[in-house]
Amino acid sequence: MSAPSETGRTAKPWVLWVPLTLFVLFFAMAAVKLVWPGNTNIDSQMIGKPLPRMLLPPGVAGRAPFQTGAAPDGKPRLLNVFASWCIPCIAEAPVLMEMKRQGIKIDAVAIRDRPEDVATFLGRWGDPYERIGSDVDASLQLAIGSSGVPETFVIDGKGVIRLQHIGDIRPEDMADIVKALEDAR
Amino acid sequence: MIAEAGLAALWLAAALAVLQLMLGVLGLTGGRDALLPAIRPVAVVQGVLTALSFALLIWLFLDSDMSVKLVAANSHSAKPWLYKFAGTWGNHEGSMLLWVTILGMAGAAVAILERRVAERTLAATLAAQAFIGIGFFAFLLFSSNPFERLIPAAADGQGLNPLLQDPGLAFHPPTLYIGYVGMSVAFSFAVGALVMRDVGADFARAMRPWVLISWIFLTLGITAGSYWAYYELGWGGWWFWDPVENASLMPWLAATALLHSVTVLATRDGLRAWTVMLAVIAFSMSMIGTFLVRSGILTSVHAFAVDPERGSFILALLAIYIGGAMALFAIRISTVKEGSQFEAVSREGALVANNLLLSAILGIVFVGTLYPLGVEAVTGEKLSVGPPYFNSAAGPLALLLVVVMAMGPVMRWRRDRLKPVVQRLALPVLLTAVALLAVVLLAPGIGILPFLGIVLAIGVGAASVAPLWKRNLRRTPLFTYGMVIAHLGIAVALAGMACESAFNKETLVAARIGDTARVGPFSVKLKDITPIAGPNWTALEATLEVTRGSGTPFILKPQARMFSNPPTETTEAALKVQLDGQLYLVLGQADDQGRWQLRLWWKPFVTFIWAGGIMVALGGFLALIGRLRREAKTWRREAIA
Repeated sequence: MSAPSETGRTAKPWVLWVPLTLFVLFFAMAAVKLVWPGNTNIDSQMIGKPLPRMLLPPGVAGRAPFQTGAAPDGKPRLLNVFASWCIPCIAEAPVLMEMKRQGIKIDAVAIRDRPEDVATFLGRWGDPYERIGSDVDASLQLAIGSSGVPETFVIDGKGVIRLQHIGDIRPEDMADIVKALEDAR
Repeated sequence: MIAEAGLAALWLAAALAVLQLMLGVLGLTGGRDALLPAIRPVAVVQGVLTALSFALLIWLFLDSDMSVKLVAANSHSAKPWLYKFAGTWGNHEGSMLLWVTILGMAGAAVAILERRVAERTLAATLAAQAFIGIGFFAFLLFSSNPFERLIPAAADGQGLNPLLQDPGLAFHPPTLYIGYVGMSVAFSFAVGALVMRDVGADFARAMRPWVLISWIFLTLGITAGSYWAYYELGWGGWWFWDPVENASLMPWLAATALLHSVTVLATRDGLRAWTVMLAVIAFSMSMIGTFLVRSGILTSVHAFAVDPERGSFILALLAIYIGGAMALFAIRISTVKEGSQFEAVSREGALVANNLLLSAILGIVFVGTLYPLGVEAVTGEKLSVGPPYFNSAAGPLALLLVVVMAMGPVMRWRRDRLKPVVQRLALPVLLTAVALLAVVLLAPGIGILPFLGIVLAIGVGAASVAPLWKRNLRRTPLFTYGMVIAHLGIAVALAGMACESAFNKETLVAARIGDTARVGPFSVKLKDITPIAGPNWTALEATLEVTRGSGTPFILKPQARMFSNPPTETTEAALKVQLDGQLYLVLGQADDQGRWQLRLWWKPFVTFIWAGGIMVALGGFLALIGRLRREAKTWRREAIA
């Protein structure tokens, strides 16, 4: 058995042009990126897709667990990704409370958190949530394409993600989110 | 005046580079051989002038001359001198000048030292080196002049990115640049040999020390960069598959493959075309690496300011050099004669396997790094490729590679048989089996890659010492020791990586003063938080009392630093190295109830990763010394004869 010791002997002529071709491809890509740098926000790839099937244990003792899928009442609602250790989540809390007062149903997922810490957080800053899931290893967060806390998703009645809001919800963001909820009906 | 003198030296050096190229082109065509002897001195003077220019820029930084735009934008009179010094290359213009300086000095070193290859091949090599230099001189002089004046002069400078205010910065970029530029010399040799149709053992021996130097520095640069990211970013990880990290890993993979194939070419005169190809690819990867970091087209923690004009300039240089070299390769390589033959089971065969595996890993990293760019260019979608892809695609190949690494050195050149090879490795194979059993019994349920990593690290570690078995240790050449130590270093680093991912313990707590948290075998008590002030920063420092089991407690002090100029926050992790691992403590932010975020990690054997990296570099260094001594000896013998 003898090995193909020399590329020059065994290679077909076109093989010699492969590196150059690859480099030309790289060149084209880099040139495109240089000419159109684009923006740097990373949107979820899951928009327009249903939430992945998942059942999370309750984020606070004694509360309903969070299950993905169609909403219990078949209406659109919000899914808030938060954590008790997250400072901007505190800033967002009054806005969420206001939305709850307007009758918007909000579910939550607490990321890498402990039930007792979540309970303290909600006791202090208000509890706008209907259901709270506990996502100890951030698996749901990764599955829905969220890259940080807080983030808020608009989920329609069938459980399909319609909008992603990155960062805390400021009072001025409320109108957009309410509109997305209307559109999701 | 100093800035003007620096600029003048740079222009002169650029002019000499043009002269060097012209001498080469004219001298090698049309029978004008009389021109060729002039090329060496020109290369030397060009190297000296670039070095002078760079020395003058260092002077400007140390002197805090705020009438120079670059100094005003990147330095500050209150900065410690080491950071003023390092600040010379902690910015775009300065780092490009450093690159050109190393390139010029490497060219000078080739001109002075190289005696082995034919005069015409050397002239072609130096002309190629000058051709590379001209592109970078043009880049510096036309779009990134480091000596530009600021009128009127600034009252004081605008500081330096505090993340980069670290002793590591003084060495990290120069180390990587020496690595990259060393590849340029190998590349120039390859181009020279292709142009002159002179690919053979002499060419390989001339190229080998440069590949070795380059590879040693790339190894050190990657090891140091990994440690820097580990303790400065405060994320507890040692490798993030970040585009900029990949940009430094890809040249290393190519250089490692080249290092092994050049040995086949030098010793056995085999793998001619393949070695030339690898030299071209290794240099291409270093250029692409520089481009990815400098142009900012990939977002990353390391990203420098985005400047499309400069990015386009470097991209154009890439097109000329890499495109040109690959086209030259495709056209010329068919004229390279076949080298000597060998069988599949032989040391050459193992080295070919090493080359193919390294190339495959390189391909995986290359695709993973650039895939997001390609997708965005075609569909406009954004995505990122993370550790799951890289680990699962490259991990198994890397493990296969270390198995080949264990077998190769005990195989014979040209032809061997598998059975005696396994017999020569009986002890390591036995050790692997014992390790397998031990890990299954003692640490059930760890992931498959870490599991194989630990087991193979032990077996391969033993096998890498096998080449010394039954040899007269005093007569064993230094480069054999180099190989043994480098291979052992790979096993040590592999053990560190596998243990870190298998046994890492992480605790995230919000602690009040007086609270105690546990991580691995340690209990950590938050005793106090105090504000302290440094030369150009203030910090909150936590006093943590750490106890291991019933041992004596010790104090660790992680900091959260705030720099005032420009305002930036950094974390200074507190590290405690123990024999069996490292404790890694980070102070985070406070919440409004007086609790402090503490992130605590216990990382068993994590320090092995960098210790292994240093061993690999040390092995390379011993090999280099060994090779140079052997060269000098033959040279003296020939001189006497």
